[in-house]
Amino acid sequence: MSADSEVVVTPPTYKARRSLPPAAWLGIVAAGIAVVSLVRIWTGADNLDSSGAIQAAITAAVPIALAGLSGLWSERAGVVNIGIEGMMILGTFGAGYAGYQWGPWAGVFFGVVCGLLGGLLLGLVTITVGVDHIIAGVAINILAPGLTLYLSRLLFTDAPGGGQRQSPPISDVGRITLPWLSDWLGEIEDKGWFFVSDLAGIIRGFTTNLSLLSILAAVLIVVSTFILWRTRLGLRLRSVGEAPYAAESLGVNVFRYKYIAVMISGSLAGLAGAFLVVGLKFQDGQTGGRGFIGLAAMIFGNWRPYGMAMGAGLFGYTDGVQQYDSSGTAMHAFLILVALALIAVAILQYRSGHKIVAAVAAVIAAFCLWWFSATDELPQQLVKAAPYAITLLVMALASQNLRMPKADGLIYRKGGG
Amino acid sequence: MTGSRSRRILLGAAAPIGAIIFSLLVTSLLLIVTGHNPFEAFGAMTSAFERIRVVLGAVNQAAVYYLAAVAVAIGFKMNLFNIGVDGQYRLAAMLAAVVAGTSWMSSLPGFLRIAITLIVAMAVGAAWAGIAALLKVTRGVSEVISTIMLNAIATFIVAYLLTPQMLAVLDGNNISTPKITEGGQLPVVSFTGSTTPLYSLVLLSIIVGIIYALVLSRTVFGFSIKATGMSETAAVASGISVNKMIISAMLLSGAVAGLVGMPELLNGSSASYSLNFPTGIGFTGIAIALLGRNHPVGMVFSALLWAGLDSSANALQGVGIPRELVTIMQGIIVLSVVVAYEYVRRYRLVLEAKDVAKALAAPKTGAAATTA
Repeated sequence: MSADSEVVVTPPTYKARRSLPPAAWLGIVAAGIAVVSLVRIWTGADNLDSSGAIQAAITAAVPIALAGLSGLWSERAGVVNIGIEGMMILGTFGAGYAGYQWGPWAGVFFGVVCGLLGGLLLGLVTITVGVDHIIAGVAINILAPGLTLYLSRLLFTDAPGGGQRQSPPISDVGRITLPWLSDWLGEIEDKGWFFVSDLAGIIRGFTTNLSLLSILAAVLIVVSTFILWRTRLGLRLRSVGEAPYAAESLGVNVFRYKYIAVMISGSLAGLAGAFLVVGLKFQDGQTGGRGFIGLAAMIFGNWRPYGMAMGAGLFGYTDGVQQYDSSGTAMHAFLILVALALIAVAILQYRSGHKIVAAVAAVIAAFCLWWFSATDELPQQLVKAAPYAITLLVMALASQNLRMPKADGLIYRKGGG
Repeated sequence: MTGSRSRRILLGAAAPIGAIIFSLLVTSLLLIVTGHNPFEAFGAMTSAFERIRVVLGAVNQAAVYYLAAVAVAIGFKMNLFNIGVDGQYRLAAMLAAVVAGTSWMSSLPGFLRIAITLIVAMAVGAAWAGIAALLKVTRGVSEVISTIMLNAIATFIVAYLLTPQMLAVLDGNNISTPKITEGGQLPVVSFTGSTTPLYSLVLLSIIVGIIYALVLSRTVFGFSIKATGMSETAAVASGISVNKMIISAMLLSGAVAGLVGMPELLNGSSASYSLNFPTGIGFTGIAIALLGRNHPVGMVFSALLWAGLDSSANALQGVGIPRELVTIMQGIIVLSVVVAYEYVRRYRLVLEAKDVAKALAAPKTGAAATTA
């Protein structure tokens, strides 16, 4: 037909994703350090980016990042995992039990295995039976602490150095320090120069006394990103989380990919638990809600690994630095950084037309500045609430930019489409 | 249709009973593996109830759990998952305790003091839940995530306010809100032979339960809640404003959550909110609402079961078994009951399909018989 040839097919216009060139990222990071440096010099809060503070931040951030990665894997396959906290608890127990007897790496392995079992339980209940994901997660969070404390009382009470609620101490995995670089950077850091000392402090924090498990965590984030977005397995796994019935119609075994996802998710949660134990000991209540902070980091990062890692870094920073900095000045100065970030958000949101959101951000920024000027230090209880408040804020202000996997939390039945 | 009615009750009871039996089996296995005698353990747990003190403690506890379960169930009825009951009741109990402990309250008549305390608690609970409702309605934020965040924030706000610099007083080694003076609490019922009294606020749970049942079954509002829960599109089509329902259900849920701490505050011996105030009841409420299927009477049974298990835990220590065995049982009961409900639901669908097939087949054979 001739009429057909006249139909003009307009190619679908894709909104170009704003991906900045590496040089631009470098510029942003440099500008960020410069701002932090200015705030440090102005307020005199050296622990804002001292090497010790950075080390404390890394130690606090790694379990959060692993928990976030755990959530990312399962939610990308459409299984909401509220039970990360419980699986982490199982991980702490496994690491404690094996760790004190056969060394830290055995502890890590058993922690991962215990987490994996938790993930399998979640898979059995949500995928095979088809129970609501959140209910299953809540149940796991009830079961895990009871089970571990029961076993702890039986197995650790009579162990040398153990107790009713704690295992014997466990030795640490290897830690890496770059020998001469660390000292040299330390000298520069002590000078207190603008920018240079800050950069030295941050690099020193990353190259001094760095746990092998922290490196493993970083590798896992990179590898996860690669698998999920660059391999066939990852594509199928994500398709199961976006449109399971479409995936099914193309011959993808949805059950299998969902199971793979929850097993990896459980293992990562177990690893997060093991990270807390290795070098210390198993203690009842050790996870302290980090599983939920990990979930928050994942949402903060819009269900993407690097965004999640940034969230984990931010939350780990507030947690680690406030514990490290006994004077409390660092967190006080941090208020200015939060205010500046919110002002940037306000400007960006205003330019993209979200005037109300911009106004709310500006008001909160003003509140932070007022809080900074009216007080000398922040109460530590409120600093601990920061990760949760920030996540709530992000969800409230930027929810139009957040997009979770489309079939996340929905129950899949074979052939039920 | 007496046959189908008895079948319904039988199927309804099958799941929870099956779950309890399953949890007994699993924990028996765990006991045997860890070198204990299951009969000894369960025997010790049952014989704990020979003491009236333990029974009364369980009833008091069940009343508290029931309030939490109703708070959760109100949300569940319309597919809202209020995980935030935990934060709501702790913040509410703390602020209500502060108000009840202020000195100007002492000059007021007793009933007014109780009323003010209860109203403050309900208002705080509703307000804290209201944040999640507002975020959901205006910004589409999932109430599951926002209430998890709000729980944690509530924990730290309570910790912040519960310092001598803020609202608390130092009482020996314990930090607590100022004690409620004489007349600000409600009387308790003492029994001979028991150091534990019966809380008068068990009555509050009964009243809340009756109101919950009546609102759900007898009012337009209750109908709208159920309709929205079953099918949001159908609800919208019949003129129900879903946003309005979300806000009101969440506020109600929060208000009931605010009451959870009241039996302990107004009947308890400490008469204040302190570091020892019970935590985690919000999550217990979720479990009890699930076990009782959000049914006003079903939740009474599950609350009693839960509290009974809790009270028998101490007896386990006597025979050398860690008390956490009870927590494990509770965890397994929740997990297996939701699994069992799912299977019962599917089995019911199969039975219904059979009934329909039978009903459709019957006139056909009749017609065939007449023609023949």
